[in-house]
Amino acid sequence: MKPAAFGYTRPASLDAAAEAIAGGAAKPASGTQSLGPMLNLRLARPGHLVDLSALPELTSIVVEPDGRLRIGAGVTHGRIEDGALPENGPRSEMLRHVAGDIAYRAVRNRGTLGGSLAHADPAADWVTTMTALDATLELIAWRSGRLARRQIAMRRFMLGAYRTALESDEILSAVLLPKLSDSACWGYAKICRKVGEFADAMAAVVLDPASGYARGVVGSTGGAPVLFPHLAADLARQGQVPEEAVVGEALDAALPGLALVKRKLMTVALVRAMSQTVVRQ
Amino acid sequence: MSTGIGARVIRKEDARLLAGTARFVGDIKLPRLWEAAFVRSPIAHGILRGVVKPNGLEDRVFTADDMADVLPIRAESSLPTYKMSDYPPLARDKVRYVGECVALCIAPTRAEAEDIAELVTLDIDPLPPVVDALEAREVGAPLVHDAWGDNLFLTTQVDGDMEAVKAQSAIVIEREYNTARQCMTPMEGKGVLAHWDGKDGQLVVHTSTQVPHLIRTGIALCLQMDQGDVRVIAPDVGGGFGYKCVLQPEEVSVSWAARKAGRPIRWTEDRREHLVAGANTRQHHYKLTAYADKRGKLLGIDAEVTVDIGAYSVWPFTACLEASQAGGNLPGPYALEAYRCKTFSVATNKPAFTPYRGVARPGVCFAMELTIDAIARAVSREPADVRRENLVPATAMPYTNVTNKHYDSGDYPESVVQAARMIDLEGFRARQEAARGEGRRIGIGFSTFTEQSAHGTKVFAAWGLPLVPGYEQAMVKLTPSGSVEVRSGNHSFGQGLETTIAQVASEWLRVDVSDIKVTMGDTGLTPYSTGAYASRGMVMAGGAVSKAAEELAGRIKIHAGHLLQANPDDIELREGAAWAGSASISLSDIAHAWYLRPDQLPDDVNTAGLEVTQGYKPDVDTGVFTYATHAAIVEVDPETGRVEIDDYVIFEDCGRRVNPLILEGQAYGGAAQGIGTALFEEVLYDASGQPLTSTLADYILPGPAELPKMRLGHAETLSPFTRHGIKGVGEGAAIAPGGAIVNAINDALHPDGVELTQLPATPERILQALLSTDGATPEFGEAAE
Repeated sequence: MKPAAFGYTRPASLDAAAEAIAGGAAKPASGTQSLGPMLNLRLARPGHLVDLSALPELTSIVVEPDGRLRIGAGVTHGRIEDGALPENGPRSEMLRHVAGDIAYRAVRNRGTLGGSLAHADPAADWVTTMTALDATLELIAWRSGRLARRQIAMRRFMLGAYRTALESDEILSAVLLPKLSDSACWGYAKICRKVGEFADAMAAVVLDPASGYARGVVGSTGGAPVLFPHLAADLARQGQVPEEAVVGEALDAALPGLALVKRKLMTVALVRAMSQTVVRQ
Repeated sequence: MSTGIGARVIRKEDARLLAGTARFVGDIKLPRLWEAAFVRSPIAHGILRGVVKPNGLEDRVFTADDMADVLPIRAESSLPTYKMSDYPPLARDKVRYVGECVALCIAPTRAEAEDIAELVTLDIDPLPPVVDALEAREVGAPLVHDAWGDNLFLTTQVDGDMEAVKAQSAIVIEREYNTARQCMTPMEGKGVLAHWDGKDGQLVVHTSTQVPHLIRTGIALCLQMDQGDVRVIAPDVGGGFGYKCVLQPEEVSVSWAARKAGRPIRWTEDRREHLVAGANTRQHHYKLTAYADKRGKLLGIDAEVTVDIGAYSVWPFTACLEASQAGGNLPGPYALEAYRCKTFSVATNKPAFTPYRGVARPGVCFAMELTIDAIARAVSREPADVRRENLVPATAMPYTNVTNKHYDSGDYPESVVQAARMIDLEGFRARQEAARGEGRRIGIGFSTFTEQSAHGTKVFAAWGLPLVPGYEQAMVKLTPSGSVEVRSGNHSFGQGLETTIAQVASEWLRVDVSDIKVTMGDTGLTPYSTGAYASRGMVMAGGAVSKAAEELAGRIKIHAGHLLQANPDDIELREGAAWAGSASISLSDIAHAWYLRPDQLPDDVNTAGLEVTQGYKPDVDTGVFTYATHAAIVEVDPETGRVEIDDYVIFEDCGRRVNPLILEGQAYGGAAQGIGTALFEEVLYDASGQPLTSTLADYILPGPAELPKMRLGHAETLSPFTRHGIKGVGEGAAIAPGGAIVNAINDALHPDGVELTQLPATPERILQALLSTDGATPEFGEAAE
């Protein structure tokens, strides 16, 4: 279980990193908590790895003037868990909660927010969470001799299991989270075989009465997270969790043909996430 | 403070293990060392037409054709109906499971060896595989070994007359039980490093094994060498559990390759190899009928046990051990009138079955304990009471049971009473009633077992094994500086034997264990031992060290008597010195006299010296029986099927506790493995025999968060048959958790009409059962006609 031979560089600037990726043959790497095992199993066989872990631009966390929270893609789960977000309030509370429940501390020490999103494992915590928070992702690339940037909504970023809108020359550089009011509330439920395992079912719900934002998301679907706008809107309006049967019907409509057990777990996760928002209101 | 028997001594080996200064096979550096990688079969069953070596790398790749002078691993057995398999170290003619070694590749590094392995082409004609043991028993199933005509390694039968109990019984319980295939997952996998030592003219094999002297025999047999030309060294070993008590095909091929290549060669098993090629244990199926009277008194058991052996018979324990143990141990601690049991050891396209901590008993205990609870529910009584009433009573000890097991001592029913007291059964039933009112599902389960330990010559001979353990030897020596050396051919691989046999020596010599150096695991340095398995290490190696140390103490007293001008019979050893009344002489002065100043000793001195090797065997060799009751309280989340273990208690009796601290560690560790068996661990295959659980993301092991705080209680009934009354205890705690936990789950889900009969009790199975039931309480037993 040793990787096939690969080249390795660790650029010192964002420009150099983007340029190194530009040919499309090299693969960016950071915490390697998913890539590492895939390399060892020889499931991933990149000719060249560009290590992004030395780039300060990717590890900064700031609240922007417009109130958006900007988290560098190279920020580890562990830093978020440990309270590195420079603000209080429901947005950071939720991120901190989610981060602390990802895998094991050893994974959180190295694994990065951007790495997780770019890897796009359907059962990963961040793809569901960032969808629920309506995050925007910033992507960079070295094009025509300069650094180009574009932004894409999380909802459109993940295309399916391990598939994203990232072009082969692009690097995910930051995650931008819209402002939530102090009266916003959230819920997050995941069901795992054991602590630290990938989830069998997960759901995230975010409600912000101040802006009328309401979103309910089910993850671990085998593909991209799925939104349940009607359930979220009803929850926001009525302040009351719908019956399990109603949630089950909504799941059947969005994800037809689920196995009995999987359907039950997803229903339970969504009901539990919704219940948490009610409690936090 | 005494560091002898009974002392709570910190383990001697922990300092190096915790500081990272231990030496495992993977840590050894030798000049010109190369690493090996195996090409393994990607399919479960097929004709091996050929192996094509990559161009220019022919001398880096070895196949069965290159090893034409190597004999296959052949585990003979004298049991009737047994069919032997030839287990070639590298596959020849046929591949029989995914992960079977086909070629060995060598290179300066493992990564380069894997690069070469990728370039090797296998020409295999696939055959239909046989993946399920029950299907493998059927006529017309694909044959794993063509010449056999069927897939049966062995069938055994204990024939009892069931007619009388059938007529008497008010309750008949019929069940099928399944236990999953498992991997043993020691922290350190297998590892072997072989080289030819020109000075000694020996093949030196460093290997991660529990049984170095056996491996020496096995390698010499396969390579057709004189055993004097082979030295096997087990360095630090990171867990055994039985996985490392048999001759590994890799030990043979790496040894051969080192000679062929003329350089040291090492192979280190990686986790994926372990989870694929090491998926080799625990898988049983039971069809069981129990007869009981209307109070739940168990009258008879009629059972059929099928063991999924996999493709080959391991050496030396054969494909026979598991089913022989299952058939013999199914009645366990219970007093039965009638017993009938047929066993089938079935060949399938899976890795070769290897005995794992508890050997067969985790399966039989699970089957029996669930049956006892099913009987209790059928007669509407408290399962703990029904269990207690059915156990062999203390007044019957020593007791010979229905399968002719000789239970030496103990009070089995009292272990249930004590476990029930520790876990507060009565208080729990009140809480359970209240919890049910709130829609919560909590339950309690018990599980009682006996553990035959240190069973010796006659028992193993009756199992028809090619290699039968006999006496155990050990050497104890007083060094010239007055410290002590102990040498044993047994081995210490996490179970603490290095410390506990030092404690036995300390008991006689009254030298602190920190001044006792223990050497084990090296055939070049230690007396012969068949090694550490079957919970025999403490009884056997401990007993041998005890005899040798006792003899050494006597010799020390003779010299002390002379030097102190006292009668040797009046000498007492304590605090590193020999005392005659208030006069004393230190052991170092005695050693100094013997080794360096023999002129101070009389002319008629005992020339045998201060170095003693003694052999030992208990007074009976049918084994000494440890026993215990485990009890668990669980809460099942009916929405997710998740099980939380709220409380876990163990009340055990293993005779004299040599080191209570180590005993507790063994209990916690064994129970943790048993909880893995109960709730998590399962090797899954698809219909073509492909393993679906080849990483630890798929093969789920319990972690710290899944394990409860356990509480232990002890009785100490000394064995009348062993030195110091010691019984073996290493395997025991892994046996009971499956029964205790699933009984607790079934107790919790009884109102939902759910009864699980399969290990592991995964959330998926529990939820599936809950979603499938109509909520009606099922019939748990039916009156006999």
